[in-house]
Amino acid sequence: MGELKLMKGNEAIAEAAIRDGADGYFGYPITPQSEVIEYLAAQQPEERTGMVLLQAESELASINMIYGAAGSGKKVMTSSSSPGVSLKQEGISYIAGAELPCLVLNVVRGGPGLGTIQPSQSDYFQSTKGGGHGDYHLIVLAPASVQEMYDFVELGFDLAFKYRNPAMILSDGAIGQMMEKVEIGEQKPRMTEQQIKEKYPWATTGKTPDRERNIITSLELDSAKMEKFNEKLVEKYRTIKENEVRYEEIQCEDADYLLVAYGTSSRICEKTVEMARQEGIKLGLLRPITLFPFPSQRLAEYAQKVKGIMSVEMSSGQMVEDVKLAVESRVQVEHYGRMGGIVPSAEEVLQALKQKFL
Amino acid sequence: MAEQQQQLTSEDIIQEENLVFDRTQLLTDNVFHYCPGCGHGVAHRLIMEVVEELEVQDKAIGIAPVGCSVLAYNYMDIDMQEAAHGRAPALATGIKRTMPDKYVFTYQGDGDLAAIGTAETIHACNRGENVAIFFINNGIYGMTGGQMAPTTLEKMKSSTTPYGRNIKQMGNPLKITELVAELPGTYYVTRQAVHKPGAVRKAKKAIKKAFEYQKLEKGLSFVEIVINCNSGWKMEPVDANKWMDENFLPYYPLGDIKVPEKK
Ligand SMILES: Cc1ncc(C[n+]2csc(CCOP(=O)(O)OP(=O)(O)O)c2C)c(N)n1
Repeated sequence: MGELKLMKGNEAIAEAAIRDGADGYFGYPITPQSEVIEYLAAQQPEERTGMVLLQAESELASINMIYGAAGSGKKVMTSSSSPGVSLKQEGISYIAGAELPCLVLNVVRGGPGLGTIQPSQSDYFQSTKGGGHGDYHLIVLAPASVQEMYDFVELGFDLAFKYRNPAMILSDGAIGQMMEKVEIGEQKPRMTEQQIKEKYPWATTGKTPDRERNIITSLELDSAKMEKFNEKLVEKYRTIKENEVRYEEIQCEDADYLLVAYGTSSRICEKTVEMARQEGIKLGLLRPITLFPFPSQRLAEYAQKVKGIMSVEMSSGQMVEDVKLAVESRVQVEHYGRMGGIVPSAEEVLQALKQKFL
Repeated sequence: MAEQQQQLTSEDIIQEENLVFDRTQLLTDNVFHYCPGCGHGVAHRLIMEVVEELEVQDKAIGIAPVGCSVLAYNYMDIDMQEAAHGRAPALATGIKRTMPDKYVFTYQGDGDLAAIGTAETIHACNRGENVAIFFINNGIYGMTGGQMAPTTLEKMKSSTTPYGRNIKQMGNPLKITELVAELPGTYYVTRQAVHKPGAVRKAKKAIKKAFEYQKLEKGLSFVEIVINCNSGWKMEPVDANKWMDENFLPYYPLGDIKVPEKK
């Protein structure tokens, strides 16, 4: 058992980055995630591990600092909240196009526009369908606790490097701000330049006589070659879908009805399941942990067994589209959501379930 | 006399002792895609000559912009990254901060550096990142077909100012080099050209300083290189160089703007 600490979700992310041996964090303040950069500043990571910390002039700049460092094989991350993540989309698209690993945290707040600083899940489409221009996907992890905020930093970096693809932790204002106890891992060493050269031979570490020059780019002017590259990406996403789907099932075995929810909504839904069971309604919860890849296969299996599925999101209904795609009309699928920064209560979710199905 | 000269064969001339110029090994064999007469090729060559002379190929990391020189990495035989339009100084920051022993430079056009990337440029300069910025000013958007750039002169024609740049409507040509010289984070700021042999020699010296100063960790070196864009300016190369001397350089005068203080 590691060291236990009481931490905010945003602080857990920052501590995890240092402990996982990250080489750098580049960010720009925005509520409700400014604690990430503030915590790092207070910790002086340059002293602790040599990790670079920089407050950039904008989200545009910070994501492009990530591009540069990631292109050199460095383990780097950035974080923001919805309006800032919109600005990062240009860079994220280039990073996906150049096949660079990096970690982006979005502590989602309600939108559109400047919206609200309260928690929301309204960036699901942006996160799971690409977000910027072009055909690409991020690997998207959805933590439901402060512990998972901590753990998914390591997981996110591992997946990003494994697939040379940007990974995103899609959180929300509630999980970013809430305090819970967290088990802290050991301090991992940062990689040396020699290790980076051996492990990531593609990185721009300086051309040595033993290899050709390395070029990090997303540009390909020859359409035939560009299509080949697009196909390569498609193949990569297929492999990711095959190997990296993660989800949690709560009382699903005998369920007549299924809730599908992630992050903060899934915590509410856990309570709803408990309440429903007390009333004799056989309700289960499937919590996607990876939103891309989405647990479509598992949902398709449940479509044969259950009488109805309800997607619960703090949005007007985004993930529900993926649920519907997964079950291919074999079972009734409904959506229940609150917006504007309002977190639904377990009671109202149960009420909605009854209204829609019973 | 004339008869004697005609008798020389190419074998006679191509001799070690007659060598006055050798192409740097750090330019690849790829044929430049630049228009004949364009200065990008000369600027590329000078940068690679300097990297070769300083023997820092294994420590040099270049960043190509979006613009005519988007494919600079096809020609420079060093590790390179291709940035989104205007973001090269941010990439340079990310690279240099995480690998302070490298020689990092950006190579950017005027649209890239002084329009879409103004914020990245100014803040990298102001933070005093220990990198070099090579700013290639041709007063126009070459790559996209000759639209107005922030550096386009008053009354100068471009495809988006077909009747000449109207200051009232389009604002003033931006002297961003003078602007960044005002920032405490810049260590060396200069404006050079490559349209004449003498200018080429001076430009190379400036480029060399911009590399060498990175070791001092005293801030950013900013080297503007004014080049012609005969295609964009719709002139023959020789006329373009003449026009540059007569019109462009009076507004963008050559020479050092900020030099390190002597001790
Ligand atoms: C975000 C974005 N906006 C616009 C463009 C189109 N574009 C490509 S190059 C360029 C201007 C390049 O001009 P400059 O930087 O002066 O370089 P030059 O081509 O003259 O060398 C523009 C507008 C782009 N590629 N990306």
